[in-house]
Amino acid sequence: MSTEIKNEWPLWEIFIRSKQGLDHKHVGSLHATDAQMAIENARDVYTRRMEGVSIWVVESKFIHASNPSDAASLYDPANDKAYRHPTFYDLPDEVKNM
Amino acid sequence: MDTKTLIDYTLHLADNALIIGHRNSEWCGHGPILEQDIAITNIALDMIGQARNFYQYAAQLSGEGATEDSLAYLRDAIDFKNNLLTELPNGDWAQTVLRQFFFSTYQYFLYQQLQNGADKQLAAIAEKSLKEVTYHLRWSSEWVIRLGDGTEESKRRMLDAIDEIWSYTGELFIPVNFELLTIGDGISIDLSMIKISWDKKVKAVFEEAILPIPADTIWMQSGGKEGKHTEQLGFILAEMQFLQRAYPNSNW
Amino acid sequence: MLTFVSTAFLFLFLNRNNPNMEKGFEEIFQDKIDKEIRIEPKDWMPEKYRQTLIRQISQHAHSEIVGMLPEGNWITRAPNLRRKAILLAKVQDEAGHGLYLYSAAETLGITRDEMYAQLHSGKAKYSSIFNYPTLSWADIGAIGWLVDGAAIMNQVPLCRNSFGPYARAMVRVCKEESFHQRQGFEILLTLSKGTAAQKRMAQDAIDRWWWPSVMMFGPKDDESPNTIQSMKWKIKRFTNDELRQKFIDVCAEQIKVLGLVIPDKDLKWNEATGHYNFGEINWDEFWQVVQGNGPCNKERLETRKKAWEEGAWVREAASAYAEKRKQKQSLHAA
Repeated sequence: MSTEIKNEWPLWEIFIRSKQGLDHKHVGSLHATDAQMAIENARDVYTRRMEGVSIWVVESKFIHASNPSDAASLYDPANDKAYRHPTFYDLPDEVKNM
Repeated sequence: MDTKTLIDYTLHLADNALIIGHRNSEWCGHGPILEQDIAITNIALDMIGQARNFYQYAAQLSGEGATEDSLAYLRDAIDFKNNLLTELPNGDWAQTVLRQFFFSTYQYFLYQQLQNGADKQLAAIAEKSLKEVTYHLRWSSEWVIRLGDGTEESKRRMLDAIDEIWSYTGELFIPVNFELLTIGDGISIDLSMIKISWDKKVKAVFEEAILPIPADTIWMQSGGKEGKHTEQLGFILAEMQFLQRAYPNSNW
Repeated sequence: MLTFVSTAFLFLFLNRNNPNMEKGFEEIFQDKIDKEIRIEPKDWMPEKYRQTLIRQISQHAHSEIVGMLPEGNWITRAPNLRRKAILLAKVQDEAGHGLYLYSAAETLGITRDEMYAQLHSGKAKYSSIFNYPTLSWADIGAIGWLVDGAAIMNQVPLCRNSFGPYARAMVRVCKEESFHQRQGFEILLTLSKGTAAQKRMAQDAIDRWWWPSVMMFGPKDDESPNTIQSMKWKIKRFTNDELRQKFIDVCAEQIKVLGLVIPDKDLKWNEATGHYNFGEINWDEFWQVVQGNGPCNKERLETRKKAWEEGAWVREAASAYAEKRKQKQSLHAA
């Protein structure tokens, strides 16, 4: 059994563009021996109902993620910068198309 | 050319797709890994889809109340016109992918021609199916290479599979009546041309897989297209047709 | 409020080696769940939550995979080409669902191979319903209508469970699952309008699948000790008895369309409760099947093991080939 586990095919994260013009979106993961097989497996597993027009695959071990406990320092500072959002600015109704 | 001949040719195309689709469907739930279980089932689904298209056309040509199901479920082995290759047992994964590779290569070059054939309906089905077959060919080629050049065991199993299957490939290129009589009208395809492309593709993939092409002195089995099958087909039909036979004239 | 939580979290993170802090983490964790904020794989979570999820998700995944077998039996015998294609697509969907769920469990730090090992050794369970045999074509209809119907009752609320990857997998599963139940009902409907032999076949299937389907929701609430914690963690959103009642209420109406009978003489509309009353469930049978004494327990597990073991050389060869190619490529690049 231990050799079995050692030989497990690597895990890949799958990203699918559902329609031309949209971003690739993470849909899940699967196992494959290499990138090409991962793309083909993704085609068979995740686009059985015409869900995609383009597939990205990334071996899971190459994904680097932010640490959730850093969330405060990473994202909270953006909280008080409301001036980055268009609704922050109060303009008279006469101003059109802005 | 009479309609009967066109029907026979259409049934030949349909039977090929149905029988290999049926065989592949036997893998569903038993594949070597989940991802590939799904992959081979996709191929099975494609083949059954193709079979339905051809049967529906054959039924339309036949008239007399024929349907895709009466053609698939109520004919006996003697009337089935599929190549022997398609009815061979799945064996192990090596045998299944090799059978698929030989057959997909054949279908790929056949449909490429057929999509420009004189019969508009057959041409349309071939054109639609070619997209699927292109993928089957890619998938099965990759597996032949992977197993041929994988481990010692996988190589040995591929060699066994070649031994087991090779003699059923010759029949693909021997025309029978319904082909000889339709080729003049541009409906069926010159199989000697398909053979040239097939040989070339198989040679290229085998080279990459480091697998030997068997000697051309090997005796080739034939007869499937004329209703002379292996013992296998009878069992396939007994299983497949059981409900239609046991409960005749029922809706399902 | 959000700012407060994050700051608190930061504080706790900085003090993470302090054993007294565990409790603080747990409070924040529960607070997030109460506010319907999803937990993601890298977030802190109680070990018990992780273990419970691994068990629940892998059990669910195993059920999908083992569940392919009883229906798969009929792929080669489906009565016409349309049914053959539908059934094949459906069983394939189940493979896909198993895969989505294994993927979700893998985010919790267990590999698929480890989960398989647990299944094959008998340590991990799967839904007992798949230990019953499929004896006729009508069983494919009954499985679609009753078994998938019961599964959907369970699965729809799970689309909102607290663990992100599991919830997302369930959304995908539910979306695809919706045709499964309909195709099952359609099979039974066709049979119920057919010949006497077909009607008999349909009734026989419902007779055999009804009670096992009702048991699919698990033991009664007062005998289901983990329910309270699971509800609190929102990895279970309704109790077994709530879901069971809902299922029975729905089926009791749908059977009328089929003109067939549910095999429960106590099944009766109760004006006062607004629900159907139903008869006593045979819990002895339930526990016997869970413990491995169902008609097909052995057969199902053996079949899975066989497929896995016979596939070992294929998986090894594919790995070996990929490795060789990688080396060739790096040699080429150098």
